[in-house]
Amino acid sequence: MSTLLEVSGVSVSFDGFKAINNLSFQIADAELRAVIGPNGAGKTTFMDIITGKTKPDEGRVVYGDRGDSLLKMSESKIAQAGVGRKFQRPTVFEDQSVFDNLMMALKKTRGPLAVLFFKPSSEDEDKVAKLAAEIGLSGALHRKSGELSHGQKQWLEIGMLLAQDPRLLLVDEPAAGMTPAEREHTTDILREAAKTRAVVVVEHDMEFVRRLNCKVTVLHEGSVLAEGSLDHVTKNEQVIEVYLGR
Amino acid sequence: MSDVALGSARRPFALRFPSVLVFLAILSIFTVVVTVLSEGFGVGVISTSFVKTLGKTLCLCLVALAMDLVWGYCGILSLGHMAFFGLGGYAIGMWLMYARTEIIVLESLAAAELPPTPEEVSDGIATQIFGVVGASEFPPIWAFAHSLPLQLAAVVVVPGLLALVFGWLAFRSRVTGVYLSILTQAMTLALSLHLFQNDSGLRGNNGLSGLQNLPGLSDVPQSIVSMWFFWASALALGLGYILCAWVVSGKFGSVIRAIRDDEARVRFLGYPVEAFKLVIFTLTAVIAGIAGALYYPQAGIVNPAEIAPIASIYLAVWVAIGGRGRLYGAVIGAAFVSLLSTWFTGGQAPDINLGFYTIQWVDWWIVILGLSFVAVTLFAPKGIGGLVDVFIDRKSPDRHGADLGPDQGALREQEAEK
Ligand SMILES: Nc1ncnc2c1ncn2[C@@H]1O[C@H](COP(=O)(O)OP(=O)(O)OP(=O)(O)O)[C@@H](O)[C@H]1O
Ligand SMILES: [Mg+2]
Repeated sequence: MSTLLEVSGVSVSFDGFKAINNLSFQIADAELRAVIGPNGAGKTTFMDIITGKTKPDEGRVVYGDRGDSLLKMSESKIAQAGVGRKFQRPTVFEDQSVFDNLMMALKKTRGPLAVLFFKPSSEDEDKVAKLAAEIGLSGALHRKSGELSHGQKQWLEIGMLLAQDPRLLLVDEPAAGMTPAEREHTTDILREAAKTRAVVVVEHDMEFVRRLNCKVTVLHEGSVLAEGSLDHVTKNEQVIEVYLGR
Repeated sequence: MSDVALGSARRPFALRFPSVLVFLAILSIFTVVVTVLSEGFGVGVISTSFVKTLGKTLCLCLVALAMDLVWGYCGILSLGHMAFFGLGGYAIGMWLMYARTEIIVLESLAAAELPPTPEEVSDGIATQIFGVVGASEFPPIWAFAHSLPLQLAAVVVVPGLLALVFGWLAFRSRVTGVYLSILTQAMTLALSLHLFQNDSGLRGNNGLSGLQNLPGLSDVPQSIVSMWFFWASALALGLGYILCAWVVSGKFGSVIRAIRDDEARVRFLGYPVEAFKLVIFTLTAVIAGIAGALYYPQAGIVNPAEIAPIASIYLAVWVAIGGRGRLYGAVIGAAFVSLLSTWFTGGQAPDINLGFYTIQWVDWWIVILGLSFVAVTLFAPKGIGGLVDVFIDRKSPDRHGADLGPDQGALREQEAEK
C-alpha cells in the first residue's frame, strides 16, 4: 500500500502557544485510522492544516501519487484534489434542503461556469437519493437542513462527504449527538468507506474507536504520543497518564 | 410562490420559480395600462413627465435586482453598484451628446460657402460640448463616441471591466463584510471625485446633458420617445428578472447562497469561492450598467453627483426595505421607495403646519426614509416583500434567533423560509 498523505515535522503556534508541535503522520491509500487525544490536543488543528485552513509555521504536507505539497494549495484546490472533511460541529447549509446540500457536494466540476450551466441528470438524482437512503434522510430530502436534529445534521454531513467521493476523508467527531444504534451505523459506513480510500477519524468515545478496529494515533500537546492498535496504545504508560487515567 | 420552490431541479424553470410568471404578468399588465393612459399612444391621462418617472423607476427596479443578486443572494454588501449604473449612463450619454451636437454643427456649417473639412466639424463639435469646461478638443476617452454600437458595447464593457478588476483585487485578498462595503464606497467616491474634475474629459460637474433628445429624431415628440424608453425599460426589467431568477435557481444559486451563509464551508467542498463572487459581482455590474444606460436618457442628464457614495447606499436601503434575498422584494422596494421619494421631494406632498413648526417634506423625507430603514431592519427584516408571505403561507423557521450561517451577510432567521 502506498502512502497517500505524509505530514512531517509540522508545527503551528497561535500567539506563541504551540498547538501542533513537530507532528509527523502518515496514512496509506485504503486505510482506516483513528486519532484520539484529550481536549486541546490539536486534533482539529491537525485537520485544519491538511485542508489548508491553517498554514503551519514549519513542516511538510505531501499528498497523492505525485507527492504534491498541500501547503501551496488553496482550500478549494485541496478539496478538489480529493480531501474531504467533516467538521466537529456539524456544518451544513441550513437555509437549503437536504437535497440541495447533497447535490452541491456531489463530485462534479466546481468552476462557476460549469455550475451555472449544470443540469442534474437522473443519474445524479438517483445518486443523491441513494446517499439519502444510506444516511437515513430519505424522508427529509426536501426539508431545510436547518430543521434537522443535531444527529441528522451529522448524518447529512457524512452524506455530503461521501457524495464528494474523496480519496482522503477527515472526520472530526462524527458520533457526537448520535444514539448507540446510529453510532454503530456510522462505524459501518466509515469501515466501508475505508475499503477504497483513506479515512481519518477523530473520536473521544473509546467504544466507538474499538468498533472501528483499526490503527490508533494518540495526540497530546500537538504531537504523536503513541501509535498502534488500541490495545497497544492503551497499555502505554504515558497514554494512560495523560488521557485514559483521568 | 417561494423564490426557489422545492423539488426536483429538473422540473421546468417556470415551475421551479413561480414568481417569474407572476412578475412577468404584472409587468405586462402595467406596461399595457401605462401605454393606454399615456399621451403618446393613449388617452393622455398620464403626463409625459410621469411616464418618464415610471420608466426611470423600472430602471431602478432593474439595478435593485442586481443589488439583490449580489447582496441578498451572495452576501456581498456592495455599496458601489450605483457607480456602475452611472457609468452605463455616461457611456450612452457620450454617443447621444456627440451625435446630436454633430447634427447641429453640420447644420450651422452647411451655410458656409466651402464644404466643411472633417477637422472643422470635429472642432465644432468639441467646442460645443467642452466649451463649458473651457476646452475645445476631444479627450481620448471620446474616441468611440461617434459610434452607437461601440458606445453600446461600452455600456456593458466599462462597468463589467471595472467590476472585474476591482472584484479580483478585493476577493483575492479575501476582503469581506464591512471592509468590502467600505472598499466599494471608496471606489464610487474616487470615481465621482474624478468625474467632478473638469479635465476628467466628461465635462466635470456639468455632466452630460440633453440626453432626452435622440439624434436625428428631433421631429418625434417627447411623448412618443418617452414611451419608447418606457417599453425598453420594461423589457429590460422583464429579461433581467428572468436572468436573475435563472441564475439563483439551480446549483449556481445553491452555491452562492451557501457562500452568503458560510463561505469557508463552501471552500472545503472544493468550490473556488472567489471566482463565484467575481462572476456575480461582474454580472450585476453589467446589469447595473444597462439599467443606467436606459435611465439617463429618460432623466436627460447624468452628472458626477449621481455616482456619489450615498446613491449606492440608497440602493441597499431599497433592497432592505423591499426584502432581501427574494427578487420581487428588490423590485417592490425600489419602486415603492423611489416613487414615494419623488412624491415627497417633488413638492407634491402637502406641508404640515404644526403652528410652531411647518414640516416640509422636501427636508423631512430623508428622515422618514432613515427611520423606516432602521425600523425595517429591526422589526420587519423581511421587508415589504414579506407581506407576500401572508398570502402564500410561507413561514420563517424557529431558530431562537440564530442566523442561517456564521458569515456577516448570512440570512437572518426572519428572512429565511421554513
Ligand atoms: N485559531 C486559534 N487561535 C488560537 N488558539 C487556537 C486556535 N485554534 C486552536 N487553538 C488552540 O490550539 C489547541 C488545539 O486545539 P484543537 O481544536 O486542535 O484541539 P482538539 O484536539 O480538536 O480538541 P477537542 O477535543 O476539544 O476538539 C487548543 O488549546 C486551542 O485553544
Ligand atoms: Mg477538535
